[in-house]
Amino acid sequence: MIIKKLLPMSMLALATSMAFADTELNALFMSQAAYSEADIKAMTAEFEENNPGISVALEFVPYEALHDKIITSAAAGTNGYDIVLYDVVWPAEFAEGGFLTDVTDRVPKDLGNQIFDGAWTTVTYNSRIFGMPWILDTKYLFFNREMLSQAGIETPPSTWAEVMEQSQILKDKGVVKYPLVWSWSQSEAMICDYTTLVAAHGGSFFEGAKPAFNKDGALAAIDYMATSLKSGLTNPASTEYFEEDVRRVFSNGEAAFALNWTYMNALVNDPSESKVAGKIGVMPAPGVKGVSEASAVNGSMGLGIPSNSAHKDEAWALISYLTDKKVQENYAKLSLPVWKESYSVKSVTEGQEELVSAASKAIAVMSPRPVVPAYTEVSNILQKHLHSILLGEESSEDALADAVKRVSRIR
Amino acid sequence: MVINKRLEKWALLSPALVVLGLVTLVPFVQTLWLSFTDERITAISKPVNWIGLENYIYAITDPDFIEALGRTIYFTLTSVGIEGVLGVAVALLLNQKFPGRNVLRFLIILPWAVPTIVNAIMWRLIYHPEYGALNSFLWQMGIIPDYQSWLGTPGRALNMIIFADIWKNFPLVVYISLAALQTVPMDLLQASRIEGAGAWRRFRTITLPWIMGPLLVVLVLRTIEAFRVFDIVYVMTRGGPSDSTKTASFFVYQEYFNYLRSGSGASYAVLLAAISTVLISIYYIGARRQAQG
Amino acid sequence: MKNTNFKLFGLLSASLILVVFTLSPLIWLIIMSVSSAAELTAKPLVWWPDTIDFSRYSDLLNMDSGSGERFLMALRNSLITAITATLMALIISIPAAFAFSRRGASLVLLFGFLATIMMPPITYILPLYNIFGSLSLLNSSTALAIVYCAMLLPFATWLMKSNFDAIPAELDQASMLEGASTFYTLRRVILPLALPAIAATFMLSFLAAWDEFFYALIFTSDLSTKTLPVAIADFTAGRVTDYGVIAAVGVLASLPPAIVAMCFQRFIVSGLTAGSVKG
Repeated sequence: MIIKKLLPMSMLALATSMAFADTELNALFMSQAAYSEADIKAMTAEFEENNPGISVALEFVPYEALHDKIITSAAAGTNGYDIVLYDVVWPAEFAEGGFLTDVTDRVPKDLGNQIFDGAWTTVTYNSRIFGMPWILDTKYLFFNREMLSQAGIETPPSTWAEVMEQSQILKDKGVVKYPLVWSWSQSEAMICDYTTLVAAHGGSFFEGAKPAFNKDGALAAIDYMATSLKSGLTNPASTEYFEEDVRRVFSNGEAAFALNWTYMNALVNDPSESKVAGKIGVMPAPGVKGVSEASAVNGSMGLGIPSNSAHKDEAWALISYLTDKKVQENYAKLSLPVWKESYSVKSVTEGQEELVSAASKAIAVMSPRPVVPAYTEVSNILQKHLHSILLGEESSEDALADAVKRVSRIR
Repeated sequence: MVINKRLEKWALLSPALVVLGLVTLVPFVQTLWLSFTDERITAISKPVNWIGLENYIYAITDPDFIEALGRTIYFTLTSVGIEGVLGVAVALLLNQKFPGRNVLRFLIILPWAVPTIVNAIMWRLIYHPEYGALNSFLWQMGIIPDYQSWLGTPGRALNMIIFADIWKNFPLVVYISLAALQTVPMDLLQASRIEGAGAWRRFRTITLPWIMGPLLVVLVLRTIEAFRVFDIVYVMTRGGPSDSTKTASFFVYQEYFNYLRSGSGASYAVLLAAISTVLISIYYIGARRQAQG
Repeated sequence: MKNTNFKLFGLLSASLILVVFTLSPLIWLIIMSVSSAAELTAKPLVWWPDTIDFSRYSDLLNMDSGSGERFLMALRNSLITAITATLMALIISIPAAFAFSRRGASLVLLFGFLATIMMPPITYILPLYNIFGSLSLLNSSTALAIVYCAMLLPFATWLMKSNFDAIPAELDQASMLEGASTFYTLRRVILPLALPAIAATFMLSFLAAWDEFFYALIFTSDLSTKTLPVAIADFTAGRVTDYGVIAAVGVLASLPPAIVAMCFQRFIVSGLTAGSVKG
């Protein structure tokens, strides 16, 4: 018992005594979902305090610019970044192109079971590890309790079909003009919503190496989306929205349901950010009767070291600190920890019991987006064609058949 | 003396030659070379193969590229065309004598001074489907029954971007035309009026040919700029909805930095350079002929 | 009399339309920047704020606030890059223009200069990115200033050349005959006469450099080098709850070019028309 308690402390002492020469680390983060800039600044400030000699320069870009920034800074040598945040869909591409440092040997062997598998997939490609998972995220279904009760709806929906039925009731009773709002701009945000629905409908993107999103569940998913727009239940402006727009509309009390990341839970319940604070419920995205109980997209992100970094040891020290269990538990409002044990820790669950219980269910069913080195291109092709279906330009069969053809043509 | 003069000429030119050589000529040649290879952007060195015309064959049969190109040409011709007509019309207006004219001449430069990125975010806010000024205004005036998704509707989105582009850039045309208008000899106009020519005819036969030189310069400049359009799209729509605002430069940008195919991207870039040159030459020759004929 | 009144009415109403078209977006941008966040998300909009709120401006101009640091650093980077590039372009283009105007340098070469700006930047970007990468100049204001200088140079040379053409050759010939050097002649005889042209070139070059986005997007990666356009694009796409902040950033970023344009506006006309009429 005593040894158990002493061990982490001695390790901590060891870590702090390992003095680093004066170095400045350049770190790249994003300024949308998950941890806020203020959180990240506070975390790195603590790290700097514990590690005299290392200072961290933070750079925040929107998610939409993150991928390209990691690529374009790769040739920048030591002027580039030492730590980058990257999305679960990129490790294949980054590993193939040698953009990230292989850190398999640095990761302590005993971590394996303590962190969720869904989080590990973020940083793993061909059983090599390219960083540490940091953000374990998925899209939850948020609902406005007050609106539901105004419409006489007692229980929130348990299937996607019920989401549609309840939305129809809300609209018919005049509670809200457009009950649903989504991030369906031509962007990765739309793919995340789509993936959730594909998972719910039991569809898949690929069968082996062959694209398969033009049939079954994947087709049903896009038809669901298009129908909700056509029937006037989904806010038509959704087709130009990102996650932040969804949050704004939902926080403004102009929607009854919204699909969004963890971070919205804290912000929509913050009266300085939202008009509907305290009236909001959160649950895992529902399933489809007879197919699935709940649905979720794996929207995790990891921290890695670009191969051109000159300060890999220091960078690893920062990554170890940011992904530390205690640190994550201290900042668990906008993003939940990647550690399994954290979900029963009081400081994590307190005040957001509903979110944590939703997370426990959602994490168990998280579905990946396709794991292919050409993911960015596959995604862009899908975005274009899904969007044309949503906008009523093409039928779902035609558009997805085109998309399959286009994906097979990728060089 | 002659040798000295010649030496001096090159000495005067040399800084410019060095800068342009290193920053434009060398990269251009490299891009040309790249376009015949299968190079990819990587952080590790990988073998690069010479693949001849393969990239070009792929490029000219790539329907997405052709569409992007068509969109870019539409963007260029529409915005530059309207800027030209509007610019000259406003210049004619400001060339008249009336109270407040000088204030107006002073104010009209403002849109042009607004940086392109600021222009893009300003219009994005104005076009916002929920909280945008355009929707609110048109709805309050009773012109639209429902809020519209201005940048979320294919076909409409590109025109909305063109409008924003015109708003920012027409003042340049106004300024140049206005300056040129002030040099039109009064006696020519007077003589024509005495001969009984109407206003439109005087404009067609005297004023327009007279200002054609400067007007042409500014329109060519605008064409060059419009054809490479990237920033306003990057900020306003990122190519959406459903690729309907994805311009050629944006397309090549994606080929490079999203798909990491530098060889293939280079071939698209070279094609763009060629088309840009052809477009500007046609324009220039055509307009020159018009001015002379 | 009736006719002229009618004409005046026409002119004035056309002017009114013009003023509304030109100014209303700008005025709305300014109103947004001083309205409360709630007023900006009202439906329909509140066109005039209840209380005028300048707090966003004070935040943006305060180095200690997060957005202030971003904005002020980007402002600094933009100023450094745009001014360095503009001055370099002027210093290099003046002798070149003199060579074209007075030393019989071939106009084909001048056309070659101009041809370099007809190419979309996407044609140059990748090799430049590799070259600067191998020189360790990526993410530095130096690289941007060099690229901008090359981007401004052809137009500046052409503009200066056309303006030099308008200055009588006898003036510098006389100076040279008296034994003055080319450098002296250029500095003492030509340049004083070409001041309006220099002002015009300066202004157009500065505005172009201030406006540039594409190279900056790819060559810069952090606060120490990002210019305003890139910082604004990043800032507005991120987690911003308040449209007013975006508007305030827009207003502030437009001020330097607006001031330059206002101060130098009489020069553009003279500079550009000399250029375009002759060229």
